[in-house]
Amino acid sequence: MTPFRLPAGGRIDRSHKIGFSFDGRAYYGHAGDTLASALLANGVSLMARSFKYHRPRGPVTAGASEPNALVTIGTGGRTEPNTRATVAELYEGLDAVSQNRWPSLSFDIGSVNSLLSPVLGAGFYYKTFMWPAAFWEKVYEPLIRKAAGLGRATYEADPDSYEKCWAHCDLLVIGGGAAGLSAAVTAARAGARVIVADEQAEMGGWLLSESGVIDGTLAATVLAGLLFELEGHPNVTLLSRSTVFGWYDDGVFGAVERVQKHVPRIDANRPVERLWRIAARHAILATGAEERPLVFGGNDIPGVMTASAMRTWLTRYGVAAGKNPAIFANDDSAYALAADLEAAGMAVAAIVDPRADGGRDWTGRAEVLRGAVVTDAHGGKAVEAISVRVNGTLRKIAADALAMAGGFSPVIHLSCHRGAKPVWSEEKAAFLAPSGLDGLTVAGGAAALRGLGAVMADGAAKAASVLAAIGFAGTPAFASAPEEGGAAKPLWSVPGTKGKAFVDYQNDVHTKDLGLAVREGYGHVELAKRYTTNGMATDQGKLGNVNAIGILAEARGVSPAEVGTTTFRPFYTPVSFGALAGTSRGKHFQPVRQSPLHGWAKRNGATFVETGLWYRSAWFPRAGETTWRESVDREVTTTRSAAGLCDVSTLGKIEITGRDAATFLDRVYCNGFAKLPVGKARYGLMLREDGFIYDDGTTSRLEENRYFMTTTTAYAAGVMAHLEFCAQALWPELDVRFASVTDEWAQMAIAGPKSREILSAIVDADLSDAAMPFLGAKTVTLGGGAIEARLFRISFSGELAYELAVPAGYGEAVADAIMEAGRVHGICAYGVEALAVMRIEKGHVTHNEINGTVVPADLGFGRMVSATKADFIGRAMLAREGLTDLDRPRLVGVKPVDPKDGFRTGSHILAEGAEATLENDQGYVSSSCYSPSLGHTIGLALVKRGPERLGERVQIWNSLRGEFTMGVLTSPVFIDPDNARLHG
Amino acid sequence: MRYSALSLLTKALGGNKGWSPAFRSPTPKPHYDVIIVGGGGHGLATAYYLSKVFGITNVAVLEKGYLGSGNIGRNTTIIRSNYLLPGNNPFYELSMKLWEGLEQDFNFNAMVSQRGIVNLFHSDGQRDAYTRRGNAMQLLGVGAELLDRDAVKTMLPFMDFDNARFPILGGLLHRRGGTVRHDAVAWGYARGADSHGVDIIQHCEVTGIRRENGKVTGVETSKGFIGCNRLALAAAGNSTVVADMAGLRLPIESHVLQAFVSEGLKPFIDCVVTFGAGHFYVSQSDKGGLVFGGDIDGYNSYAQRGNLATVEHVAEAGVAMIPSLSRVRVLRSWGGIMDMSMDGSPIIDRTHIDNLYLNAGWCYGGFKATPASGYCFAHLIARNAPHETARAFRLDRFETGRLIDEKGVGAQPNLH
Amino acid sequence: MASLITCPHCGPRPKEEFSIRSDASLTRPAPDADAETWHAYVYLRDNSRGRHREYWHHAAGCRRWLVVERDTQTHVVHSVTDAADATRTRGAA
Repeated sequence: MTPFRLPAGGRIDRSHKIGFSFDGRAYYGHAGDTLASALLANGVSLMARSFKYHRPRGPVTAGASEPNALVTIGTGGRTEPNTRATVAELYEGLDAVSQNRWPSLSFDIGSVNSLLSPVLGAGFYYKTFMWPAAFWEKVYEPLIRKAAGLGRATYEADPDSYEKCWAHCDLLVIGGGAAGLSAAVTAARAGARVIVADEQAEMGGWLLSESGVIDGTLAATVLAGLLFELEGHPNVTLLSRSTVFGWYDDGVFGAVERVQKHVPRIDANRPVERLWRIAARHAILATGAEERPLVFGGNDIPGVMTASAMRTWLTRYGVAAGKNPAIFANDDSAYALAADLEAAGMAVAAIVDPRADGGRDWTGRAEVLRGAVVTDAHGGKAVEAISVRVNGTLRKIAADALAMAGGFSPVIHLSCHRGAKPVWSEEKAAFLAPSGLDGLTVAGGAAALRGLGAVMADGAAKAASVLAAIGFAGTPAFASAPEEGGAAKPLWSVPGTKGKAFVDYQNDVHTKDLGLAVREGYGHVELAKRYTTNGMATDQGKLGNVNAIGILAEARGVSPAEVGTTTFRPFYTPVSFGALAGTSRGKHFQPVRQSPLHGWAKRNGATFVETGLWYRSAWFPRAGETTWRESVDREVTTTRSAAGLCDVSTLGKIEITGRDAATFLDRVYCNGFAKLPVGKARYGLMLREDGFIYDDGTTSRLEENRYFMTTTTAYAAGVMAHLEFCAQALWPELDVRFASVTDEWAQMAIAGPKSREILSAIVDADLSDAAMPFLGAKTVTLGGGAIEARLFRISFSGELAYELAVPAGYGEAVADAIMEAGRVHGICAYGVEALAVMRIEKGHVTHNEINGTVVPADLGFGRMVSATKADFIGRAMLAREGLTDLDRPRLVGVKPVDPKDGFRTGSHILAEGAEATLENDQGYVSSSCYSPSLGHTIGLALVKRGPERLGERVQIWNSLRGEFTMGVLTSPVFIDPDNARLHG
Repeated sequence: MRYSALSLLTKALGGNKGWSPAFRSPTPKPHYDVIIVGGGGHGLATAYYLSKVFGITNVAVLEKGYLGSGNIGRNTTIIRSNYLLPGNNPFYELSMKLWEGLEQDFNFNAMVSQRGIVNLFHSDGQRDAYTRRGNAMQLLGVGAELLDRDAVKTMLPFMDFDNARFPILGGLLHRRGGTVRHDAVAWGYARGADSHGVDIIQHCEVTGIRRENGKVTGVETSKGFIGCNRLALAAAGNSTVVADMAGLRLPIESHVLQAFVSEGLKPFIDCVVTFGAGHFYVSQSDKGGLVFGGDIDGYNSYAQRGNLATVEHVAEAGVAMIPSLSRVRVLRSWGGIMDMSMDGSPIIDRTHIDNLYLNAGWCYGGFKATPASGYCFAHLIARNAPHETARAFRLDRFETGRLIDEKGVGAQPNLH
Repeated sequence: MASLITCPHCGPRPKEEFSIRSDASLTRPAPDADAETWHAYVYLRDNSRGRHREYWHHAAGCRRWLVVERDTQTHVVHSVTDAADATRTRGAA
């Protein structure tokens, strides 16, 4: 028998023993236990050390707001630091270890900090560690960092999976306690689609802990009845173990369902957590109220806990928090605890009630000291006694546990996630949700109602009125019932305490810290938070903030209303990265796009490279080639001497049709397209409205009112959206339509002097220069009319070249056929690396040069810009002085003075002999490669007044690599400047 | 009162009763030489340097909320000077140099921690862009190192090197970059400015700008009219709202940027890392929380909160970069209002209205700029001429086309 | 804002389906408008705190550009209209 488990009672399954370990020691508990309840049952109340002073700590709550009892659960990639023992369900083999202690939980060197606390007060670190300056990073900060933080996260990858889903409902009920379930039943009967989300393993909220009766029926019986009915409604979804963590715009709530956090063996086919995005027409916030601790000396010693926690241990888990507990009762609810304790056979050491009239109905055995306060709890790792000030005298009372009933704070966090501020109610002595929230209604304990009967009636009534508002006829499932009295009177801190009186447990913020903050000018609630760290711990101030506000109010001599709260923000309780990321991880981080020629490239031995979402063939290594350069050089040389085939399917392709297609193109390109003849392609430059180049590509006129536009791979989606914007938002009067056909066509470039001969074997049409001249574009058939294709005589490489587009499904077969036809001519497959080399040799630009800060003139395209068109995107802004300045960096070629020297992209250009300073920066190398055709490195560069400086020697400066090369500025066209090959 | 280890000890012996307020709570005077609108980082830094360096002490800082309640108190605390363009680079390097001596200068430990920033790259194109950037940094003496994959792996072995959708090819290391305790910057500047006589007036909202004969003569506020010789706006996300009071239309949109902190952890990541294949960057605070963020939500907003889809995107990129983050829990998200300018770079300039000065357009990069922004703005106000490192931050550059567009995405603020 | 946008063609759809391209209250100037007018169109923004019109593209849906009118402080969406309709209406006005 575990020493603190009572012989009977509670909701645990005593027939089901569960073995677990804590700090390497084996224990057992029962199904239905949390880690905390099982540890307490085993007499383990020391579970953790606090953040700053390393004070010994045990659970102060029995739920989600627990600031103290944080442990690390799991091993390897499943290690979860900072897990609240009060919410961690027990499972067979659970392996928990304590945190923030060295060498052990019971003997922690760090607790010496407690002795130094006078100098370690709020914000002490802002006032010291400044000298000598270098010591901060070398000495002080590493020490602080090591001391700070709680648990240790793993570096091992998480082996488990996560998923996300959307859900839609008429009514979302947040919190499956008395108010929530009665609201849900009311809505379910009205036929509304209802989702009930509750953070605990079992629905019920306080009904799980309540030993009493509601309107003559045992709470547990009421709960069973509610759940039985709800489970029978097909329009109701009950999500237990599901925490609604945030309220977002448009009635969307985020929730995390813990699917497999409570099982000994993870089923790999199911997620461990599931993120729900719930779009609700309306929500009822039925999250109950949080009991506040009381602030007195030693209020953090293990064994001091809220009264509702002590009652929950007792009634729900059958665990005695102590043998002779005392109760500090500032709220009549604590007397029910006293009654339960006595009913379980325990002697309550004393009930200390600061109110003169508290607990009038108490009929139990324990002595009630009215008008009295607990000034201090005594003990080291467990409570041994308490000091009580009664009638002006101090009295020491032996007790091994102490329950604190400080009053209740409605749990209204979610109601304020969208900017609303809580409102202080003097009558309720509590911060309430503001009224008039759009789409959210607060019910029950969260609306500061007292007593389960009143709470249930409120849930039902609120549901009925919400239902009416959203078009359902609902009748409250429960009749109204009176509230219970005996509410707490404000007691924010007990005066005259000896020991430290903690407000924020985890961060060790005590009353003196808040006093110091006020004295130093940090009395605003937000400044006090930031200066003292109050409310910044893992519980985000759920437990301590209202006390802190009360203490600040007293210190400043104002009301809590004037102090106000800090901002409630998501997440209500912490949410794992895993749940938020869902399936998007590892290789599945982003979708994969594969070209219709991917299989062909793979068969030909391609090495692939990630290009945005695409995998593109980079080069095609052959036997004996040991470096990528060997392969690329060979591909370039082969293409330039014979022929090569390159997959260019990833280029964006947009079909443009309509009576005004020509007009439209004239407006989106800076050069003219209206006069482009049918059957011809043209290179086009598309500007942004600010005059800078956006994208480039070729567009062909296939029919009078049908164009085929290509874009760069990277800007395909952007250009499509841009065209749609222009057509819909700017010029809706134009008759023009677009279809993205990127995925419809397999497109391949066939380049090289043999390309015409090779293609002629495949294409039915006449490919002679007369029939298919440079920039010809036409629909052709292949294989004797078997396939309709589009053929363009365009060239990125500078060779005689074509691009052939065939329906995607035929791509691989056509590519195979071309390779076969080209075999005798020595054709090779080439990848994007060789493509890049050849375009640099030819001086063609890509987005390396079109980097969003260049205008056409910068790239030598100045004369392409139409001077006659009345309007095109970018025209007006191009005229600005900053865009016409001749001093702008402009495109040139660059090559090494000594052909043996190389250089790389990203090098900067400095004048010969100039000192390497930013002022002397002349430009940079935007593209570079080794040119197998020339036998040395070449580059394109954007250099101030570059075209005026051809032949000038410059420094190619790459300090990052320690490479400093003498270069010379040249024309950007390194190969075939007369285009003889192109027209060949 | 000077802060030191000794002061801590002596005050501790006196039960910590002897600490005096770090800053006064003055009532506004009828007239000041300079009024600064905005008691955030930039406004407070401006006041500090005006009073300490430029000898103008008859200064008020008007803050509508509490001191430091804007973006200085809700950012991800990163400082860096790894800029590309000559219009930006010297300015941010000035800022870095000021950070490096800041704490001794204003006698407040803001935990300036130059733990290094690594920008990961995942493609040849990104590597080339970082090479260009790194060399620009080298030309200015900022210091930059190009790390190859192995070097990154040695430094950050826990990132996804084996199963990544976009493999990590290397990184650009900026060793002098790092983090600073953000709130402390506001407090340090406030305390310093206050000690030089500056009036920091909290909970004082500017409701109007008074002009006489075309010149600004003062401001209407929730605490009444306050006159001034010069009016300096440093209102960040609310710049448009304040400028509007003077009939000034700005090249600015206000956008929301979310940021996040995890539960406190023992040391997990030592430097700042930015992901190159998605929007994610992360560092660890001295308190142990992982501080991280991603991209702006993308729509105009004055509400300091964002939406769940962005939260998910950020987490997705985080787990893609560091798979073991999966089990780490995110504690809190928040949102700040970014004054997104039309080219992604700031404005520190006079306006066409006499006596009206503008400091705005910081996008999501205002924190790191705080010292230099304050210094250069103070210089501009005091000397009526731009500081040499801030000459490019002109308001008329959108008319002249002398833009400072680091990303090269043009006049669409939500892309910067 | 905007967890959900009600597309006039597709109904309420999650924000992730849309991309956003700034101020929809601006009218593209006539080609021969002066430099100041063009500067104002391309670079100056009302940036209202309150009602604001913004272009949203239903990129992962019907591919229509929409004008979303909403409040930048409360994030309340007042209306969503097809951008072509909005432009025609403005032209007619």
